[in-house]
Amino acid sequence: MAPILDIQNLYKAYGQTEILKDINVSIEKGDFLVLVGPSGCGKSTLLNCIAGLEPITGGQLNIAGLDMTNVSPKDRNIAMVFQSYALYPTMSVAKNITFGMQVRGVDKATQEKKLAEVARQLQIEKLLSRKPSQLSGGQRQRVAMGRALVRDPALFLFDEPLSNLDAKLRVEMRTEIKRLHQDLHASMVYVTHDQIEAMTLATKIVVMKDGVIQQIGTPAEIYRTPANLFVADFMGSPAMNLIPAKVHQDGNARRIEITRDGEAPLVLTDRRGLDLPQDVIIGLRPEDITDPASRQGDAIEIADCMVDVVEPAGADTYVVSRLGGKEVTARLQAETDVRPGARASFAFDLAKASYFEPKSGIRLS
Amino acid sequence: MTDLSATQGAGRPWGRIALRWGLYVLLGLFALYYLIPLFVMVTTSLKSLEEIRSGSLIALPREVTFDAWTKAWANACTGIQCEGLRPYFWNSVFMAVPAVMISTVVGAMNGYVVAQWRFRGANVIFSLLLFGCFIPFQVVLLPMAKMLGILGVAGTIPGLIMVHVIYGIGFTTLFFRNYYVTIPVELVKAAKIDGAGFFRIFFSIFLPLSLPIIVVSVIWQFTQIWNDFLFGVSFSQAGTQPITVALNNIVNSTTGVKEYNVDMAAAIIAALPTLVVYVVAGKYFIRGLTAGSVKG
Repeated sequence: MAPILDIQNLYKAYGQTEILKDINVSIEKGDFLVLVGPSGCGKSTLLNCIAGLEPITGGQLNIAGLDMTNVSPKDRNIAMVFQSYALYPTMSVAKNITFGMQVRGVDKATQEKKLAEVARQLQIEKLLSRKPSQLSGGQRQRVAMGRALVRDPALFLFDEPLSNLDAKLRVEMRTEIKRLHQDLHASMVYVTHDQIEAMTLATKIVVMKDGVIQQIGTPAEIYRTPANLFVADFMGSPAMNLIPAKVHQDGNARRIEITRDGEAPLVLTDRRGLDLPQDVIIGLRPEDITDPASRQGDAIEIADCMVDVVEPAGADTYVVSRLGGKEVTARLQAETDVRPGARASFAFDLAKASYFEPKSGIRLS
Repeated sequence: MTDLSATQGAGRPWGRIALRWGLYVLLGLFALYYLIPLFVMVTTSLKSLEEIRSGSLIALPREVTFDAWTKAWANACTGIQCEGLRPYFWNSVFMAVPAVMISTVVGAMNGYVVAQWRFRGANVIFSLLLFGCFIPFQVVLLPMAKMLGILGVAGTIPGLIMVHVIYGIGFTTLFFRNYYVTIPVELVKAAKIDGAGFFRIFFSIFLPLSLPIIVVSVIWQFTQIWNDFLFGVSFSQAGTQPITVALNNIVNSTTGVKEYNVDMAAAIIAALPTLVVYVVAGKYFIRGLTAGSVKG
């Protein structure tokens, strides 16, 4: 079966300015693709190109095996949910949801049936006669989703649908979208700048920067093996520790030397036999620098460091020290007795370490 | 300490009250200044000529008579004809109503296109339309006369309608454009995905939202077109003159005794429709003008 969405060598330019450069992505039926990146990276433009709201400058865009280059949005068999919800202000909730069917000339009975179905699914039955201005943010969001669901499209498109909601509601709606995806086995493309949303929702993530795809992969791949320094830094919170280091060959092992202010350098040993140049940037997630008691294994290196700041965060305690001229965050258990200004010993899990080329930022090995 | 704070506390409200009263007196004076001419017009129109000659200008009429009004409406002389303002009043109605409607509809359409369908050169076209608002009437008189002649509508009411529509489009486009730019573009995108086309989106989504700005456009255009004198006097002929031109003729072409009461009544009749429109739709006017500045 052809992929639901297949994008080949897509380019998009406004005049001389290239917004999207050589985009290649494809997803299968049932995939949840999340486009993530900082603002201005082109992710929303890419979504608009998929929707047909923006023409593409070059390349190929197929939905369900059909070339979409000259197909108008209404004929693409897609539905879209917008950041501002884009509900029609003068129409009731029911009219908002059925407007599309009305335009397409679906008969009244079917409209009523589908409306009732969707209203039940989203628990908005009681709101059907209200105007959008009489709804809360969360309710508006539901209506906007209802408008998309009622279409039963080949592909759902979401343009930062949760960023106008407050933090608590955002988490609730996130779960709801995930459940919807599971229940419907629908194919979705979702744009966000929030890496946590990306991690929790996606079956496949595309990380973008300046109109170029940085990495495509499952959430685990993106998290564990970021393709470059940008992805490493962007995905994950608190961010991955990226520390400049020198590599010394020692048989099959590599000794990673990290400078420290006013004391001997920290030396960690990676036994994976990686092929590394002399200067690298080592990337370690905060959870891979932790209490010595909680982590065992061959790749664990125990070392003492000076503690700068201790930040209790409820479930965990984050501890900041200075290594290689950078603030390095470690993630410890909540009830740690580490104190700022004192030395403490940490377990570094070198099996999880990533290495990057300092100049290009590209992942090594 | 207590004394000091007490005097301060007492001084502040007194100052505020004085300020408030000063403000009211000033505003009252302005209002009076504006209302006196209207007062004089109304009272004079209700007096007989005899009383006007003998009495004071601002005195109330001793004996109220509507003779001047009937004369102004039905048989005052404009030049050689003596049929009052009535035919010219209807000329103005037949000119102003279609002109207001057409220019408002075209302006709404233009505003919708310029604000929501950004096409290549949209800003240039909008700037040119806007520039049209600033062209003085006198500049277009001769070219317009030539155009009307070529189109064969010189000296007719349809010709006047055309002139007013063309001149009004700049303003109405500006009104609607500024109203529609406050509407998020995502609304159009959502409607496009729902399958609605250009006109469907306009009629189903934008027009129902537009009542306040339609009222603004109607009031503005009606006032402009009804009160216009220059186009009326330039592009009409006997029989198609709007009421403003007829009013001028009544006041200026009388020989012998100047009938001030008839002149005043005629002036009030000529001004009445704009007054009515404003009273009926005035609150929408204010609301429409401020719409967009505050998010609903």
